[in-house]
Amino acid sequence: MKHLLIAALAFSFGTPALADWQQTLDEARGQTVFWNAWGGDERTNAFIAWVSEQTEAQYGVKVEQVKLSNTAEAVTRVISEKAAGRDQDGSIDMIWINGPNFLAMKEQGLLHGPFVADLPNAQYLDLGPTSAASIDFTVPVEGMESPWRLAKFVFTYDSARVSVVPRTMADFVSWAADHPGGFTHPAPSNFMGATFLKQALIELAPDASVLQQPVSDAAYGVTTAPLWEWYDALRPNMWRDGKTFPENESIQQQMLNDGAVDISMSLDPASTAAAIAQGLLPETARVFVPEDGSIGNISFVAIPYNAAHAAGAEVVANFLIAPETQAHMQNIDVLGSFSVLDPSKLDAPALATFAALPASDALPTLESLGPTLLEPHASWMTRLTEDWARRYTK
Amino acid sequence: MNNDGRYLRLTVLSIVGFSLILPIFLGFWQTGRAAFGLFPALGRDTLSLAPWRELVMLPGFGSSLKLTLVTGVSATVFSLLLATGFCAAVHSRVTPGAGARMLTPFLAIPHAALAVGLAFVLAPSGWIARGLAPFVGWDRPPDLATVNDTWGLALIIGLMIKEVPFLLLVILSALTQIPVAKHVSAGRALGYGRGVVWVKIIMPQVWPMIRLPVWVVLAYALSVVDVAMILGPSNPPTLAVAITRWFNAADPGQILPASAGAILQVLIIALGIAVFVLGECLVRRVGRWWLRRGGRGLSTEPGLHLASVITVVLMAIGMLAMLSLLIWSLAWRWPFPQFLPESWSLRSWTNSSSGWQRALSNTVFLAITTAVLSVALAIAWLEGEDRARRGRAAWAEALIYLPLVIPQVGFLYGLNIAFLKIGISGDMTAVIWAQAIFVFPYVMIALSDPWRGLDHRTLDSAAALGAGPFKRLVKIKLPILLRPILTATAIGVAVSVAQYLPTLFMGAGRIATLTTEAVTLSSGSDRRVTGVYAALQTMLPFVAYLAAFLIPAFLHRNRRDLNGTIQT
Repeated sequence: MKHLLIAALAFSFGTPALADWQQTLDEARGQTVFWNAWGGDERTNAFIAWVSEQTEAQYGVKVEQVKLSNTAEAVTRVISEKAAGRDQDGSIDMIWINGPNFLAMKEQGLLHGPFVADLPNAQYLDLGPTSAASIDFTVPVEGMESPWRLAKFVFTYDSARVSVVPRTMADFVSWAADHPGGFTHPAPSNFMGATFLKQALIELAPDASVLQQPVSDAAYGVTTAPLWEWYDALRPNMWRDGKTFPENESIQQQMLNDGAVDISMSLDPASTAAAIAQGLLPETARVFVPEDGSIGNISFVAIPYNAAHAAGAEVVANFLIAPETQAHMQNIDVLGSFSVLDPSKLDAPALATFAALPASDALPTLESLGPTLLEPHASWMTRLTEDWARRYTK
Repeated sequence: MNNDGRYLRLTVLSIVGFSLILPIFLGFWQTGRAAFGLFPALGRDTLSLAPWRELVMLPGFGSSLKLTLVTGVSATVFSLLLATGFCAAVHSRVTPGAGARMLTPFLAIPHAALAVGLAFVLAPSGWIARGLAPFVGWDRPPDLATVNDTWGLALIIGLMIKEVPFLLLVILSALTQIPVAKHVSAGRALGYGRGVVWVKIIMPQVWPMIRLPVWVVLAYALSVVDVAMILGPSNPPTLAVAITRWFNAADPGQILPASAGAILQVLIIALGIAVFVLGECLVRRVGRWWLRRGGRGLSTEPGLHLASVITVVLMAIGMLAMLSLLIWSLAWRWPFPQFLPESWSLRSWTNSSSGWQRALSNTVFLAITTAVLSVALAIAWLEGEDRARRGRAAWAEALIYLPLVIPQVGFLYGLNIAFLKIGISGDMTAVIWAQAIFVFPYVMIALSDPWRGLDHRTLDSAAALGAGPFKRLVKIKLPILLRPILTATAIGVAVSVAQYLPTLFMGAGRIATLTTEAVTLSSGSDRRVTGVYAALQTMLPFVAYLAAFLIPAFLHRNRRDLNGTIQT
C-alpha cells in the first residue's frame, strides 16, 4: 500500500527523485552520521558542529565528526573493514575527500552511489560534464561524491616584514636567494606540500596539457625535468637548507606567526583573515597568488559502500549544498570558503545573502585571486610525491 | 604443588590467555599474512616476498632504520647510565618513599603531553630561545634545528625525560631488597670510590631485578610513535612513524610493505634485546676479571656529579614543558620573542566547540574501567598464587611482560581486522579491551611486590581463628594492601590515559580521548587548544595518584601501621 502511495505521489509530482527523497528523509531520521574529516582546523570543526545542530533540528540527523590527521586514515579503515568482511554497518558514514583518496576508493569499489543527482539541492550545482563539480583531479565524479567547499591555492606572508613577494613560481628561486631560510613548504607526503609542487609543475611544464591525462613514463620525464631543475636551485636557500619540512600547513602557519619563515600557504583563501581574528597571525598578514593563477579544486563528501547510515549521510550532503548553508560557510566569521554553487542557478534573495557577507582586509576578493588552474590527473600527484621522496629523502 | 584455588588459577590464566595474549597473536597473524602478500581485500592473494622488496625500496627506508636504532638504543643506554649515576649520588640521602613522590609527576605525565610541551620549550621559537633572545638580539627564531632534528636528538631527550625517572623508580625499589648501606660502607672501607662501589658491588646485584624493565624501555624507545611524531625528524621519520604513515598512505597498496615493516619492527626489538643479553654475558666475563684486578677507581666521582647534574637539568626541562602546556592554554596572542603571552584568555577552555569535555569524559571512563578491570584481574592472579603457595613460574612472568616488549604498531592493525571480524571494532568495548592489554602488565608489576611483602603472620593468625581463604582475602589482605592497590589503579589510569595507537585503531577514530585529540591537534596550528588537551591529559593521572595517596591516608588515619609500606 505504502509503495503504491509513493508511486502515485511520484507520478503526481512527475519527479521520481523527490519521492525517493522523502523516503531517504524518513530513513535518515534518528540516524547519527559519522563524518570523517581532517580535524586540524578549528574553524572547520566548529562549522561541522554547527551543521550537526542544523540537521538535527531540521531532519533529526546528528553529525558526529571523526577528526582525522590524514584523510587516508579513513580509506585505510574502509579497506580494513572490507578485509574483515564487514560489508554493511561500516563505521564511516561520510568522508571529506578528493583527489587521490577519491581515486583509490573509486577504483577499489569502496563507494556508495551514484547519489548526487538524487539530492534536491543538486539543482543549484553546475553538473555539466566539464564543470569543476563533475571532475575531481580530472577523474570524473560520476555522482559518487558531492561537493561542499571550494579550495584555491594561496600564499600568505607578513606585509610588515616582507615587502616584495614572488610574482611567479619561477621567481621563488631569486626571492629565496634574497631571503635565505625564509621559505619552506609542507612535506610532499602532505596534501599541501604536494599541491605546492603541482602548482610549480603547471607553470614550469613545457606542455601543461599532458597533466590532464594519466601519467605516462615518456611524458613524466620531459614534463618534470624543468621542475626538478627549478627545485634544485630553490632548495639550498630554503629553511634549514631544504633538509627538513613542516608536517603540514598549520605548522607552517605557526612558523610564519613565530617569524621562523616569511611565507606560508593554504588551500583556503580565507584562512589568513580568520587566523588574524583568532590571534594566530599578525594583523599585517596578507594573501598573494602567482600572476598566472593558482590551482583550485573542490572538496567533496563521499559515502563508503558499507556505510551504516547512508541515508543520513545523503541528507547531510544535501544540506551542505543548500544556498543558506553555502552563504553561512562563505561568511568570513564562520569559514570563509567560497561557495561551490553556480550563481546563475540562484534566485535573487539567495544572491543578495551572498552579496551582504562581511569583508576583511586580509580576505582577497574572488577577482584578485586570478585564474583557477586545473588540478593535474591524480596519478601525477602520486608519481610526483614518490619521485620527490626518492630524490630528497636520504 | 598445591591444589587449593586451582579453579581460580585456571580462570585467571584463561582470561589472561584468551583476552590479553591471544589478541596479540591474532594481530600478528593478520599483519604477517599481509607482510607476505596475502590481502584479499585488495585482490592480493599469492604468497610472496614482494612486500619485503617494496619495503626495502621505499624512499628513506635505510635512514629510517638507522635512525630508529640510534635513537632507541642511545635513549635506553643514556637513561640507564643517568639513572644509575643519579641513584649512586643521592641514594643515601633520600628514602624510597620520598624518591617515588618526587618522581610521580614525571611518571604520571603521558608521553605525548610531555612531547608537546617539550617541543615548545626546545623549539627555535620556544621558551629557551625566548629567554636568550634579549641577550643575543634575536627578533625572529634562530634557524637551528632544535626539534625534529635529523639526528633525533630532541627525540632522545624527550624519551630520556620519561625513562630516567621510570628507571630510577625501578632501581630504587630493587635497592630496598639489598643491604646497600652495608655494602657501600664495606666497599668504602676497602678504599673503593663511591661510583666504583656502585658499579662493582651494587649494580651486579640490581641488574637481574631491573633487566626486564630495561628491556621494556628499550622496546618502547625502538617502537614509539606519538613522541617520535612530535619530536623526531620528519623526512625521513623513525621506522615506527614511517610504518604508521604507510598504513595510512593514499595508495592502499602500501598496506603490504607497511605490514612487512611492522614485522621487521618486531625483529628489531628482538635484536635489540639480544644485543643487551650478549652485552650482559660479555660484561659478566670481562667484569669478573675487572673485579679481581681490584682497581679502586677514585676518579669516578666527577662522573657521578655529571650524571646528577644532567639528570637534574633533564627534570628541570621536563617541569618547564609541563608548565608551558598550562601557560599556552591560557594565552591568547604570544608572538616571538616575548617570554610571556602578550594577552591572556580563558577562551581556549570555555570555547565549547573544542569539545574537550567529551574527550575528558571518554578518557575518564576508559581509564577507570580498564584500571579497575586490570586490578581485579591482578588481584585474582596474585590470590591464585597465594593459594597454590608457590612463586611465579618464569613463563608466567614472560606472559605478563610480553605486551610491553612487542611493538604496538606490529599487531594493532591486524588486531583491528580481527576485532572487525567478530564485530566489536569502533566502540568502547574494543578500546577497553585493547587498552587492557597494556594496562594489565603495569598494574600486575606494580602490585606484585607489595602483595608478596605482606606479613604472613597476620594471615596465619586469621586462619587459626577459622577464617577461610575468601574471608582472609577480603578482611585482611585487601584492607592492608589498600594503598598499593590504589597506587596500582593510579598507574593503570596513567597508562590508559597515555594510550594512543590502541585507542585510534580500535576506536575507528570515533572514540576521541584527550590523547588522540592532543596528538591530532599537535599537527594543527593552535598551540593554545593543544595546550588545553595536553594540560588535562597531565592532570588526570595526577588526580589519580593524589587519590591513591589521600584515600588510604583518610581511611587509615587512626591506623599507624597501615601506611601500606612493606612490613618486614
